[in-house]
Amino acid sequence: MFENLSLLTLQQYWYFIVSLLAALLIFLTFVQGGQTLIYRLGKTELERTLIVNSIGRKWELTFTTLVTFGGAFFASFPLFYSTSFGGAYWVWMLILFVFVIQAVSYEFRSKPENLLGQRTFDVFLFLNGFLGTILLGAAIGTFFTGSQFQINKLNLTQLPQSGSPIISQWTGPAHGLEAVLNLTNVALGLSLFLLARILGTLYIINTVEHDKINQRARKDLMISSPLFLVFFLWFLISILTKKGFAVDPATQMVYLEPYKYLHNFLQMPIVLILFLLGVILVLWGIGLALFKKSSRGFWFTGPGAIFAVLGILLVAGYNNTAFYPAVNWSLGEETDAFNTFMQSSLTIQNSSSSHYTLTVMSYVSLLVPFVLAYIVWAWRSINKVKVSEKEVEENTHSY
Amino acid sequence: MMQIDPSLVDWSRWQFALTAMFHWVFVPLTLGLSIMMAMMETMYTRTGDEHWKKITKFWMTLFGINFAIGVATGIILEFEFGTNWSNYSWFVGDIFGAPLAIEGIMAFFMEATFLAVMFFGWNKVSKGAHLTSTWLVALGSNLSSLWILVANAWMQNPTGTTFNPDTARNEMSNFWEVLFSPTAINKFLHTTASAYLLSAIFVIGVSAWFLLKNREKLFARRSIVIASIFGLFFGLYTVITGDASARNMAQVQPIKFAAMENLNYGRENAPYTVFGFLKNNADEEILKDTKLKIEIPNMLSFMAYLNPHAFVPGIVDLVYGNKEKNIMGVNEKIEKGRLAIEALRVYKEAKNEGDVTKADSAMNVLNQNYSYFGYGYFTEATQAIPPVKLTFYSFRWMVYLGFLFIILMIYFLYHGIRDTLGKHRWMLVIAIIAIPLAYLASQAGWVVAEVGRQPWVIQDLMPTFAAVSHLEVSSVKLTFWLFAITFTTLLIAEVRIMLAQIKKGPNHGGK
Repeated sequence: MFENLSLLTLQQYWYFIVSLLAALLIFLTFVQGGQTLIYRLGKTELERTLIVNSIGRKWELTFTTLVTFGGAFFASFPLFYSTSFGGAYWVWMLILFVFVIQAVSYEFRSKPENLLGQRTFDVFLFLNGFLGTILLGAAIGTFFTGSQFQINKLNLTQLPQSGSPIISQWTGPAHGLEAVLNLTNVALGLSLFLLARILGTLYIINTVEHDKINQRARKDLMISSPLFLVFFLWFLISILTKKGFAVDPATQMVYLEPYKYLHNFLQMPIVLILFLLGVILVLWGIGLALFKKSSRGFWFTGPGAIFAVLGILLVAGYNNTAFYPAVNWSLGEETDAFNTFMQSSLTIQNSSSSHYTLTVMSYVSLLVPFVLAYIVWAWRSINKVKVSEKEVEENTHSY
Repeated sequence: MMQIDPSLVDWSRWQFALTAMFHWVFVPLTLGLSIMMAMMETMYTRTGDEHWKKITKFWMTLFGINFAIGVATGIILEFEFGTNWSNYSWFVGDIFGAPLAIEGIMAFFMEATFLAVMFFGWNKVSKGAHLTSTWLVALGSNLSSLWILVANAWMQNPTGTTFNPDTARNEMSNFWEVLFSPTAINKFLHTTASAYLLSAIFVIGVSAWFLLKNREKLFARRSIVIASIFGLFFGLYTVITGDASARNMAQVQPIKFAAMENLNYGRENAPYTVFGFLKNNADEEILKDTKLKIEIPNMLSFMAYLNPHAFVPGIVDLVYGNKEKNIMGVNEKIEKGRLAIEALRVYKEAKNEGDVTKADSAMNVLNQNYSYFGYGYFTEATQAIPPVKLTFYSFRWMVYLGFLFIILMIYFLYHGIRDTLGKHRWMLVIAIIAIPLAYLASQAGWVVAEVGRQPWVIQDLMPTFAAVSHLEVSSVKLTFWLFAITFTTLLIAEVRIMLAQIKKGPNHGGK
């Protein structure tokens, strides 16, 4: 069935899947957000144990989604994988590093003889929650703001005596860390950090049975929600008003188009509706927790985050847009050098795998509904009893 | 244009080797222990004997500690293909990315999801659902290894692929050839079987410690019986699949095979060197002599071709060519590789100019010479020789230890069944010593596979040095040390936590 689809359709299908995985990943960073709240919401050892045990049962899910996101991006858009990971080296390495120290922390923190002590592992969890989300946000921000790199596939024909056969060359000054110097990227980074924190609070309210923790969680929500709105609007306004990286469908030439991302929203009303629905759900969930004292806010804000992030990522890559732009402002806009530089930008068409590989992978994607089904089953089985002192004690495995 | 800094290649290789070897400290135990735990829980579910539940939970605790650090070290590897081997990621990403993605979707989610049920679901799901979850953890982790090993095998024997000059990369042409390549099948079976053997040794060693301390005798005996049945079966299977792997290597990577045996000059009736020391050859800089050797006559010919009289090519034949045996030398391959590389350049140029005839003729040259493409990047023939010493010794230690472990399995199975495990206390000590040795043997196996295939990152198509990312050496050095220090610290923490949990014993299982 997939083999009869056009290459462009397959590219769009895979860009959708990769975006969906990224959106799910952002939703699942409620674990990371929760990690920055352990000491803020838990004032005694027991309270902290409850918080850690509530978010800790889901950490593998976030981690697995990150790994699958990486694998799926590699398989479907290998030129992005080679250009961005090899170029924005330090951003990705730092993101990975904070996930490395997270992975051991739950299992090790409360075990005797753990060498570094519980506090250190709790600091690891905090670093993962704080840096992991901000850097991920800054990296996604570059989908709109661009990075400095050049791609020349002819480099493969350079022999080592005369030159380097490497096709992707990063020309940015700090191997990716320069992304955090751009205010739009920073705004998205902080938005994602605060969103993770909001989701973390809502998850804790939803799963932990402890009055004081819940009270403090609501209090924290009062601070993080308005802050989130500020940074998110900042990011949104800045991308909607800026020039975007458009692609001429006939020639595949990349050029700057004023209000490109606003146009994309307007020209793809389904994406716009998806995005707006997401934003409403995010706010609805927060409102439920704050004003109705409901514990079900997580189930509105969570899906809302998925829809909103998915909408944003689709706007970055669909409708003849370069999703990973190459740009060097210092060359001076509208100069020839600037335009030539921009032609290295990645589009879903010039960076994807072959028709054959995308077809094979599309068959594999049919497994996704089954995966989601067993994840839902496992989630419900584990979460049917709220996390409380009694529950943690009865459980033979605790963090 | 800037040339590639050789020290960038070295540091990138060091970093990949470091992270891969650390990862492999934790993976084999996950692969085998998950199955043994599932077997133990099956015993519990079928008999209702609470003691089996205790045994299961004890091993699950150790599994959880090991799993966490395995995951931590694994994530780096996946992304390193992009961060440190970006040229590789483009050149073969169309094929190589797929198994990594399938691993995530098909296997890793299964493992991680049911792991949570396994640990937190004891009182929340039915006994049958729990047992199923434990089996699915085992299935998920082993499926994970399948896809990763398929990816690795493809680098050693790139099948199911064609080069597309328009995109300047290799593209998948047949998924089933990638999945079912004989190299992939052998690699999967050999690697997982050896991981099961390692896990069995781990379980037996830990149980032996309890017996030495006169503690937990029923627990220890039951664990040993399960582990030694498992270990003996898969130990023997490791030998069979290892033999098949060697035969496959002789076909697709003959110079790796020659390096593994330090066979300098090809010969008929080639003997297998059971034991020997390598010394630099006084006359030929590139060669080494095997001193004090013990050989089995005709064995190498038999290993490679199932024919005791067959000709096995040596390093000299493969590097300089052997007309009589119809072996092409590396210099000739370099020429062909350069023709292919130049043809790609001309093809691209012709396409830009819109010159169809020129493009067609360039395409012809490219197709004729493409199988030597990677040789074009070499400057001299001797670059094609892998590091002989490391490959030779690693292979031997892997084999010696492998056979030692099989004897150990037979011993413990016999005494486990007859309930005479305490008879020879020194054997219990050996069982404990065998744990680190099993890890050594397992790492040695990967050294043979990965050092032995140098200088190639993709056999014949891309040398390792052409695969790196465009980075400063200082960046890679910094990340190397960052990971070296972090992983070492975490490893020490992990071993200490494990030992503390083991000392508590199964009666405190899981707490």
